[in-house]
Amino acid sequence: MWIRKQQPWQLPESEVTDHEVFLNRRQFINSAAGIAAAAAMPISFAADKPTGNAFEAVIDSHFSTEEKLTTYQDITTYNNFYEFGISKEAPALLAKDFPDPAKPWMVKIDGECDNPGEFEYSDLIAKQTLEERIYRMRCVEGWSMVIPWIGFPLADVLKAAKPNSKAKYVEFTTLFDPQQMPGQNRRVLQWPYVEGLRIDEAMHPLTILAIGLYGHEMPGQNGAPIRLVVPWKYGFKSIKSIVSIRFVEKMPLTAWVQSNPSEYGFYSNVNPDVDHPRWSQSRERRIGEFLKRKTLMFNGYGEQVASLYEGMDLRKYF
Amino acid sequence: MPSINQLKILVFIVCLSPAIWLTFALFTDQLGANPIEAITRESGVWALRFLLLTLCLTPIRWLTGLNQVIRFRRMTGLFVFFYAVLHMLLYLWLDQFFDWSEIWEDIIKRPFITIGFISFTLLLPLALTSSNKMLKRLGGQRWKQLHKLTYLVAGLSCLHFLMLVKADITEPLIYILILTFLMAVRLYRHYVKPMVLARS
Repeated sequence: MWIRKQQPWQLPESEVTDHEVFLNRRQFINSAAGIAAAAAMPISFAADKPTGNAFEAVIDSHFSTEEKLTTYQDITTYNNFYEFGISKEAPALLAKDFPDPAKPWMVKIDGECDNPGEFEYSDLIAKQTLEERIYRMRCVEGWSMVIPWIGFPLADVLKAAKPNSKAKYVEFTTLFDPQQMPGQNRRVLQWPYVEGLRIDEAMHPLTILAIGLYGHEMPGQNGAPIRLVVPWKYGFKSIKSIVSIRFVEKMPLTAWVQSNPSEYGFYSNVNPDVDHPRWSQSRERRIGEFLKRKTLMFNGYGEQVASLYEGMDLRKYF
Repeated sequence: MPSINQLKILVFIVCLSPAIWLTFALFTDQLGANPIEAITRESGVWALRFLLLTLCLTPIRWLTGLNQVIRFRRMTGLFVFFYAVLHMLLYLWLDQFFDWSEIWEDIIKRPFITIGFISFTLLLPLALTSSNKMLKRLGGQRWKQLHKLTYLVAGLSCLHFLMLVKADITEPLIYILILTFLMAVRLYRHYVKPMVLARS
């Protein structure tokens, strides 16, 4: 029998609000405010339940938090995905049918490794054991969510490619296709979006490639069909809609560092003690909550990842 | 032809409508996943929009010769103050929860907050001297001098907006262009035109 050890950061199951009740909380608030009629008014583009295909045989993970989940609707309508426009609402509208099912999704894995290759999305995921990972997600803008991802450890994919001794970093690239991603017609960032991790960060068991959320396939606006999730770093590190994974010797020049190196660093670990120059990082607003809460070091994953940065000045390497 | 007073009621309703819409949208859950951020941002943007509208009135009067337009200036100006107060209160309350030491630190440490704060502070004397009584007490000339602060407030507000944007500066740039145009019209009127007239 597998006995699931209760980690110190986990809440007991009994503390978790029933999902149905949680989903209906706004209705409750609305009727309490005496405007029950408004509850019947739908937000035209928002689905409150997953609509894509469901995954079967997904196993639980002891890395999951038992905090209250952010609603499916909030997770899928409040997105920073500049490839589909700079507003939070644009990706939900413009990425509805992304990616085009007529175009095969290829992921290239190459660079400093002995076993490079290019894989069709379905081949890449076919060998993987899917897990549900319920992670906190902290955006650099000062808000956060709790998201039930479906995915598998990035390390499994990386190891299969057999990185060589020169592989010090891993560089990830998002698709560049302005026809499908209209936001790429405007140079708000350098396209395609590039992100990177140090090899030990990439190999860490918390780091996953996610292909779905809430048990169903990834919605376009959340980075379909396959994206990175690194829960102890600010959200922009978790690059969406990946087409290339490359082992490299030098630290990759990532999109936000290139755009504004004084404000965004390569590491971008969640750190309440190091402010973004334009706003404090000491607190955050959990989406759906009124009061702000204190931001935790490494987004609460310090026990697992603090050792990666031992001896490093995290003010310098922000 | 409606009277000035009837028109004033209409303008009042128009100026208030963004606030009404925001309140309605807030209670009907139409502001998205982060409604507090949305109302804070929207109230600030509306303060700036009404400020630019107010600065349009004088050039409109020059252009059209319709002296009456100036009679709406106090109202639109006070709506600038209304939305700015809303913006400030939302920041103090829902962003900082009246944690004064954090707020002070924010004002000192973050240039865009510093500028927003200065801009708001400069609005206070303008709102306080907006009545006829205060105009008389100060005297027309001095009152006019004081209310030139509006230009500074407009410039600082645009800068505040420009500095807080992460990547896409289109919207603040539009406001900066409008403000630049409105200031250029004034400079032309006061300096260039008299020179041209004097020469001919």
